[in-house]
Amino acid sequence: MNQEVLDKLTRLAQLALAPEEARLALADLRAIVTLIDELQTVDTDGVAPLAHPLDMEQPLRADAVTEQPARERYQAGAPLTRDGLYLVPKVVE
Amino acid sequence: MAPAANIAALRHGLDAGDYSARELAQDALGRIEAANPQLNCFITVTPEQALADADAADARIAAGNAGPLTGIPIAHKDLFCTAGAPTTCGSRMLAEYVPPYDATVVARLHAAGAVSLGKTNMDEFAMGASNETSWFGPARNPWHRQHTPGGSSGGAASAVAAGLVPLATGTDTGGSIRQPAAFCGVTGLKPTYGRVSRYGMVAFASSLDQGGAFGRSVDDVERLLQAMEGHDPQDSTSAERPATTRTAVAGMTLGLPREYWNGLDAGMAQCLQAATRELEAAGCTVRDISLPHTAAAVPAYYVVASAEASANLARYDGVRFGHRAEAPKSLDDLYRRSRGEGFGAEVKRRILTGTYVLSVGYYDAYYLKAQRVRRLIRQDFLDAFGAVDAIVAPVTPSVAFELGAVQDPVAMYRQDVFTTPASLAGVPAMSVPCGFCDGLPTGLQLIAPHFEEGRLLALGAAFQHRTDWHLRQPPA
Repeated sequence: MNQEVLDKLTRLAQLALAPEEARLALADLRAIVTLIDELQTVDTDGVAPLAHPLDMEQPLRADAVTEQPARERYQAGAPLTRDGLYLVPKVVE
Repeated sequence: MAPAANIAALRHGLDAGDYSARELAQDALGRIEAANPQLNCFITVTPEQALADADAADARIAAGNAGPLTGIPIAHKDLFCTAGAPTTCGSRMLAEYVPPYDATVVARLHAAGAVSLGKTNMDEFAMGASNETSWFGPARNPWHRQHTPGGSSGGAASAVAAGLVPLATGTDTGGSIRQPAAFCGVTGLKPTYGRVSRYGMVAFASSLDQGGAFGRSVDDVERLLQAMEGHDPQDSTSAERPATTRTAVAGMTLGLPREYWNGLDAGMAQCLQAATRELEAAGCTVRDISLPHTAAAVPAYYVVASAEASANLARYDGVRFGHRAEAPKSLDDLYRRSRGEGFGAEVKRRILTGTYVLSVGYYDAYYLKAQRVRRLIRQDFLDAFGAVDAIVAPVTPSVAFELGAVQDPVAMYRQDVFTTPASLAGVPAMSVPCGFCDGLPTGLQLIAPHFEEGRLLALGAAFQHRTDWHLRQPPA
């Protein structure tokens, strides 16, 4: 974990950090990496990854319409909309 | 209408006409108004909605249609979506967010006639063990206001302990119900993963998040669980299982995992040993067991939970809802500054950790490795439950610490040493008050196999039948 890795992570995560924040985050992430490195001491040869705690079959529902459009209601909390569209800074010149 | 009245007594009082649901709600709202400036356990109080719901409950009671929770005051953790009422998740990101829909848990409790008084304080996006990461400042422990109520559901535990509400919802991803319940001296149940619908619960780590219940007693928590649980077509990971019913206690074999008990602080060990003797007196047999991968739970949890969080929190982009930065220069600038301003330091650490363990070159070494360790931890429990009916353990390594006392993030993560294993395994676990150390409450953790909450309720109720720790009240 170093400045270069942190820069890559903030880019991937689209997260702006102020310089002082970045300095603290780097120190904290180094400590966190030391913590999660403890996993390497566990013998997991031949053990399959477990993504979900239950051995459950994915239930399927009927292929029927259950939702009705409610754009106005859903957009009521949006920071900036016009004519039902979300507004963002210009992407294409 | 004593502040610490149990649900059975409140039910009787409402049905007998000793008081109305409106009077009960007004009484609780008055106590919240008086106590919240000190305890900060509510982020939002919704008196108008509460009184309207109370009037509807009174009409139901008058018509003879009351259910077990009709007219009973409740508070929701502020990550359950409530249509028309703010749902902040303890974050600046969602400080102004008003959901367009109710979480299934909220809808079910509303349909049951429970009267919601407001939304309780929590660590930001449920990431924290002390309530200190809340954008709205920490909730405080009613037993000692300089101490943490625990986290992330600290406001819920604080509000129940202070007698402001008899019941509260919470969520537990790595200990967020059990730890605050232990710190505040109330009863808190994390059900089996899949027992309670996650629909409308703001997502943190989707393979771990589970809604659950706070109350003073096991009897009260049981009533709340029964109103929350069950399959929900809106959440395909919610299980279709029969409703929870208590089992018999006499004849149960209880396992004491040595990895949890060895090295425990002396005062804590004394409390827990006395509690275990009560369970023996209730007819249980106790034996030593081993859960050999316990020490790997905290690192495995912080890989899995952070990875899932980094994916779940990608939705906060400043475009569709939530905080948006002023005058963005480009779309990237909008994303980066909205997220940079909207999230606090702990949430950023988790997002960055999750992004790291999922990135090329680290995915196998951390993420897949943690998932393999997760299987070993679950297998530890499955093996143990081949020999014992339930497990008895501490909830926390210490009692509630002082606010500000734990500054190092990794030291804070290690607070979860006794709660993350059950979370990773997906098994149900409950904290019941079992004594005091240094004037602060401590909890006993009971852990059962998947979907055997009935054993936890039976054991907890038997314990509370023999002890009065759950009846103790903090100084006013």
